[in-house]
Amino acid sequence: MVSMISQLAQGFVLTAEVFALTLIFAMPLGMIIAFGRMSKNVILRTFVKAYISIMRGTPLMLQILVVYFGPFYVFDIKMGTGYRFPAVIIAFVINYAAYFAEIYRAGIESIPLGQYEAAEVLGYSKSQTFFKIILPQVIKRVLPPVTNETITLVKDTSLAFTISLAEMFTVAKQIGAAQTSIMPLMAAGVFYYVFNLLVATVMEFIEKKLSYYR
Amino acid sequence: MKLLEINHLRKNFGELAVLKDISLSVEEGEVVSIIGPSGSGKSTLLRCATMLETMDGGDLVYMGETAAAGDPCIYAPKKQLKKIKKCFGLVFQSFHLFPHYTVMKNIIDAPVSVEKVSKKEAQERALKLLKQLGLEDKADSYPHQLSGGQQQRVSIARALALQPKILFFDEPTSALDPELTIEVLKVIKELAKEHMTMIIVTHEMQFAKEVSDRIIFMEQGVIQEQGTPEEIFASENSRVREFIGKMNT
Ligand SMILES: Nc1ncnc2c1ncn2[C@@H]1O[C@H](COP(=O)(O)OP(=O)(O)OP(=O)(O)O)[C@@H](O)[C@H]1O
Ligand SMILES: [Mg+2]
Repeated sequence: MVSMISQLAQGFVLTAEVFALTLIFAMPLGMIIAFGRMSKNVILRTFVKAYISIMRGTPLMLQILVVYFGPFYVFDIKMGTGYRFPAVIIAFVINYAAYFAEIYRAGIESIPLGQYEAAEVLGYSKSQTFFKIILPQVIKRVLPPVTNETITLVKDTSLAFTISLAEMFTVAKQIGAAQTSIMPLMAAGVFYYVFNLLVATVMEFIEKKLSYYR
Repeated sequence: MKLLEINHLRKNFGELAVLKDISLSVEEGEVVSIIGPSGSGKSTLLRCATMLETMDGGDLVYMGETAAAGDPCIYAPKKQLKKIKKCFGLVFQSFHLFPHYTVMKNIIDAPVSVEKVSKKEAQERALKLLKQLGLEDKADSYPHQLSGGQQQRVSIARALALQPKILFFDEPTSALDPELTIEVLKVIKELAKEHMTMIIVTHEMQFAKEVSDRIIFMEQGVIQEQGTPEEIFASENSRVREFIGKMNT
């Protein structure tokens, strides 16, 4: 029992790493992609649109496999098992950035044109307008959908099992199979649940903090 | 001194000629009202004058500095436009206050981060404006906590904080109830008394009559008639008479 918990805990550390790294990279990357999606340049815009469409239209599991095996099958480059973790992170980041990009775009487009015009007449530069006036309002508006994505991400981390990365779910399955017991999976479920509870609490706290204006 | 001069302004939206050969000049201290039916191009004229919209043809000159000239119209370099933009402020029909800033921050942020006025000086100026506009107890409120009339007064304060030479208003009371309209119009009348140069698009005929040195009647993208309030309200032009008659009932 104790060893099961400690093994799961090790898996959990990896799960938490996948979660944290994905958020750290995907959230800002999503903003850049959102700008590409809204670009005046037709080629860039179309390219980004196609990218987002593919990322959202195919299973994340498949994307993980492609990122992991792609170098070998396409370029004949042998990557060791050390590539598992980076492959998972890359796949998660490019997938989640696409989702975040669409959320950001909706948020940015929901800000009334009048905010830009007021800022322009007051003499704000383009970047001042974005960072001082638009972005804070966008953050408030996108918080609920970003919370949803973040909770989905916690659960999605289990997809890393596809390439046998020993995150929590993979570990739980292995112990479960060895001991012919459902307990490890139940314990993993509790881990995920508590993790998400934590995420939801943090996001709720931020939402509260931003509720001083409408 | 001439603060604003517009010559032969022409503006199309696609096929639609919205402004056709508009010429207009405004002297320092003058209060000019623009009236006219919906769709006659009043907002578009203000938006061209405040450079929210680019003109297709004509000249736009502020205090002798050319912002745009010619037909087709060529704009001055960005740096010069930036300088010219300091001449004017614009008050919108639906305020467009920044919802995430307090009233104080709404007023001081542009002076501080655009004009590089010290925060202390900007705050002093803002407090003076708030007092003048009857909002001294609202400095720490957020826009959503204010009535429409209060929000509009804040947006007037925000524009005044940059000390513009000319203030444009696009139907500043159209989004307001009658009582709230009165408090905003009162503020504008007080500014007129202090000889603030203003160009006001409005549907409030009585107000236009009281506050204006000159009234411009626009229709279908042209200035049909302009003159003192007395001249306009006694106009022989049937279109003007009809419009004013309709607005007064
Ligand atoms: N961005 C735009 N694109 C296309 N057409 C426009 C645009 N803005 C205004 N128009 C058209 O230009 C004409 C003049 O509009 P404008 O808003 O200047 O009228 P207005 O005199 O301010 O009317 P109102 O009294 O209703 O505010 C209208 O026919 C309008 O439909
Ligand atoms: Mg209008």
